[in-house]
Amino acid sequence: MKPPPFRYHDPKTVSEAVGLLASLENAKLLAGGQSLMPMLNMRFVLPDHIIDLNRVEGLSHIRDTQGALDIGAMTRQRDLEFSEPVRARWPIMHEALLQVGHRQTRNRGTIGGSLCHLDPAAELVSLATGYDATVTVAGPAGQREVAFAEFPVAYMTPAIEANELVVGVRFPQWTPKHGYAFIEFSRRHGDFAITSAAVLLEGDAAGKITRASVTIGGMGTVPRRAREVEQAIVGQVPAGSFFRDACESCRKLEAIDDVHAPASYRQHLAAVLSRRALEKAHARLLDAHAGRPH
Amino acid sequence: MGEKRKIALTVNGKRYEEEVEVRVTLADFIRHQLGLTGTHLGCEHGVCGACTILFDDRSARSCLMLAVQADGHDILTVEGIAPSPDKLHPLQQAFHEHHGLQCGFCTPGILTTLIEFLRDNPDPSEQEVRIAISGNLCRCTGYQNIVVATLDAAKRLQAEPTQSQTNAAQRS
Repeated sequence: MKPPPFRYHDPKTVSEAVGLLASLENAKLLAGGQSLMPMLNMRFVLPDHIIDLNRVEGLSHIRDTQGALDIGAMTRQRDLEFSEPVRARWPIMHEALLQVGHRQTRNRGTIGGSLCHLDPAAELVSLATGYDATVTVAGPAGQREVAFAEFPVAYMTPAIEANELVVGVRFPQWTPKHGYAFIEFSRRHGDFAITSAAVLLEGDAAGKITRASVTIGGMGTVPRRAREVEQAIVGQVPAGSFFRDACESCRKLEAIDDVHAPASYRQHLAAVLSRRALEKAHARLLDAHAGRPH
Repeated sequence: MGEKRKIALTVNGKRYEEEVEVRVTLADFIRHQLGLTGTHLGCEHGVCGACTILFDDRSARSCLMLAVQADGHDILTVEGIAPSPDKLHPLQQAFHEHHGLQCGFCTPGILTTLIEFLRDNPDPSEQEVRIAISGNLCRCTGYQNIVVATLDAAKRLQAEPTQSQTNAAQRS
């Protein structure tokens, strides 16, 4: 078993890569290879050209600037996992990355590759949804920015043209005293989630929630924000069964049936995991205000 | 035949200059062209971890890389772990003594994975070891003796820190 024949290109610059995309028919971009290489080995894809981005300069960086995290598309998941700014100011990303595959795959897998592959169960895709991240795309006419809410156009299909490539992504920063939690259910550690919940909360020292982001991954064709839950909890001080009741609306979210789980089970998981993630995030929010480490 | 390229790389401290077909995976290149059959291929799509090698000192699944991507890079396979032909690496010695393998098919990938893991995390907990090898499938052992051997190897490596160096590190 090995990939089908193709022509191999390894550009050194973004403009060279864009030029190749414009001039070649049936070309595929190769980033970390943790999804494309299996598809090539299994011959699920038959490209005439592979454009390897691994030698393109300037696509691998983590910059903590002006309240946002600027990440180059070819930044390895491992480098994000071990990044001090990520751990300190985007801690949910660290928590989620520990559930992205394994060390061997995170050493190669890139954030740009993950976002463009756009698996609905992928942790980084959920985070980009929850943070309203901004994707920077390069093409023949230069660069443009795409809000992540507009990025997925269909199942595993990003809003980028055939002659464009993603060069970076920007995650805004939440207040230093925010609460967060990323929880997923999978059969084995490191598998894609059957369903996941990513929660960010801002609030005051008394526990009142002032801002919330709740994202359910692995449910539908793309990760979705649980807007009904977000609206129900902002302005409230949770007590008793508050989160449990608020998360019941997750049972109505669009869900897919597949070999891993029926839709009804995913909807159940969405309600349970979002409740657990909210409880954990809220406890961390209170810890942050009280100056307690967590 | 498809497109070919010349590549130059270092494997287990030895420099190679080879011509490869661009579609050949790094795993097939290591096994068929270099004849280093210690790197095993199980699933060939990045699930089983048997083909794990160290690519510039970081573990990677060699079935998920192309040989051309290794041009200019440094690779360590299971053949390069032992300090000399008659002496095992402490990790290998611990696997030997604790019966950390049965059929041995998954062992090369587990050893290379753990070389990196113990370098980054010299005093791991049992749970951390279990997570570290969660990307390596073993169908014989039930993992118990692999975990025991790894924890023992961590102790040995801490006792003799010079042994924690792989051949790759010793060369530099």
